[in-house]
Amino acid sequence: MEEMTLGTLIAVFEEMFGRVLWWALVAAAVVVTLAWLYVLIRDRRVSWRKFLLAQLSMPVGAVGAVWFVMWITNSGMRDIGGPIDWIVLLGVAVAGAIGLAMLVYVAQSLLRGRVTSET
Amino acid sequence: MTDLSKIAASRRGFLALAAGSAALAAGSGMAPAQTVRTGARIVILGAGAGGAAIANRLSERLSGASITIVDGRAEHYYQPGFTLVATGLKPARYATSSTGEWLPRGINWVREYAAEIDPEANRVTTTGGQRLDYDFLIVATGLTLDWDAIEGFSLDLVGAQHGISAHYASPEHAARSWQALDAFTSRGGIGMFGRPATEMKCAGAPVKLCLLAEDIATTKGNRDRCQFVYNAQAPNLFGVPVIHHRVRQIMDERDISYRYQHVLKAIDPGAKTATYTTPDGDKTDRWDFINVVPPQRAPQVIRDSGLSWADRWTDQGWIEVDMHTLRHARYANVFGIGDINGVPKGKTAASVKWHLPVVEDHLIAQIQGREGTRSFNGYTSCPLITRVGRAMLVEFDYKDNLTPSFPGIIAPLEELWISWLMKEVALKATYNAMLRGRA
Repeated sequence: MEEMTLGTLIAVFEEMFGRVLWWALVAAAVVVTLAWLYVLIRDRRVSWRKFLLAQLSMPVGAVGAVWFVMWITNSGMRDIGGPIDWIVLLGVAVAGAIGLAMLVYVAQSLLRGRVTSET
Repeated sequence: MTDLSKIAASRRGFLALAAGSAALAAGSGMAPAQTVRTGARIVILGAGAGGAAIANRLSERLSGASITIVDGRAEHYYQPGFTLVATGLKPARYATSSTGEWLPRGINWVREYAAEIDPEANRVTTTGGQRLDYDFLIVATGLTLDWDAIEGFSLDLVGAQHGISAHYASPEHAARSWQALDAFTSRGGIGMFGRPATEMKCAGAPVKLCLLAEDIATTKGNRDRCQFVYNAQAPNLFGVPVIHHRVRQIMDERDISYRYQHVLKAIDPGAKTATYTTPDGDKTDRWDFINVVPPQRAPQVIRDSGLSWADRWTDQGWIEVDMHTLRHARYANVFGIGDINGVPKGKTAASVKWHLPVVEDHLIAQIQGREGTRSFNGYTSCPLITRVGRAMLVEFDYKDNLTPSFPGIIAPLEELWISWLMKEVALKATYNAMLRGRA
């Protein structure tokens, strides 16, 4: 590899997913994150009830992400070799956990509306 | 503080804040390289990995230049994908696209082949009779596969019926090669693998196919029915000593036998035998499956042009370029990119990736009347797949030094999942970005 610049990385991701899908994915991730921030600011606090449900979805997100990556790349747990493989695996799991948790929290907040009191 | 949170809490305010931050982030982009004004006529022979990529790069950097690219083939092949097709991991269309989709606008694409190259007169004549005069010539023709050099072999024999694999030929032949391998790993027998004595593109690919075949047989539960024999042309399994030992160890662990200095010269598809030249004379062996990788040479038009080395690789004809600048040793306005180069190492797509900025630098420097500064160090990369799901990222340079791209993160001689992920998911994308001149 000549240089690992941000430009190269973006070019590679655009090729991987296709330009439209890649930027749509980026936009979706940004929108979900912004929606989450918006909801936090709107409510001026975290709703621990919604947070609980979001937390419970984390293992599902983690396992789902790992399964998905292994499925589309024709590989399995037996292919985990050195430490870097464990780091990648954990990274995928964490990304899946956080992503799904955020989505679940945001979905609840936008669907149910502002929290006025905790029950 | 409360005012800000009031602004942010209103939907409109929040969106405005977010848009503002995004604009700031986008504004801090990278400055593009300087464009150069020139009336130079540049002819590029070949629109493969090297040709298409350099066309994009030069078209971006040069304003006013006349760029002509010569290639008669409508299909563009992603050759690093051939091994994946030949082992059933991808369909043939994975490795096929169209030449046209990679070429930039504003250049002239001559859909013919070079019939005659005259570097003294700075002219290329095409098979259709067009005369292309040039100020700069970039030779990126790639190499030809000399199938006729293997007696008894013909490309229509490839497939499950005869148990013959020849995955270098094309995506379609790679797919038929998979059918042959699939049948062999189900039925069992003796599988022969090997490589030619000439220089070749991706010296690792014959090894990859052998290791993957063994893995596939194991996954199917038929390993005890299959025998694997790798025929190395040299007294080693790989040119770089440290990698040779790693590969040898893997083959020993997986009970794959190997023979040194065995070069395939003939096959008999009816009797299912193969004849190898060895230091002790010819040897003939039986096989149930054989992967044929032929001797490789420069295209005849190159060999007739006077661009080849006169005293090296005389049976192959690679062009005589400086190993660091890739400029022709005798014609200062001729450059080489990719497999056609007569340099000690590097007939891989990864090497092409490094050739591009070097040629771009020296060519543009020459237009501007100054010396270029970039240097090619022989970088070659081979993601040596050892089984479905694992690969060893093998990278080295002219000095046989290991030159990992991700030092401290991806260990060079380890079979890792991440290297497989890169090969499966990121490599083709990186290759495509390279074609567009963006990587």
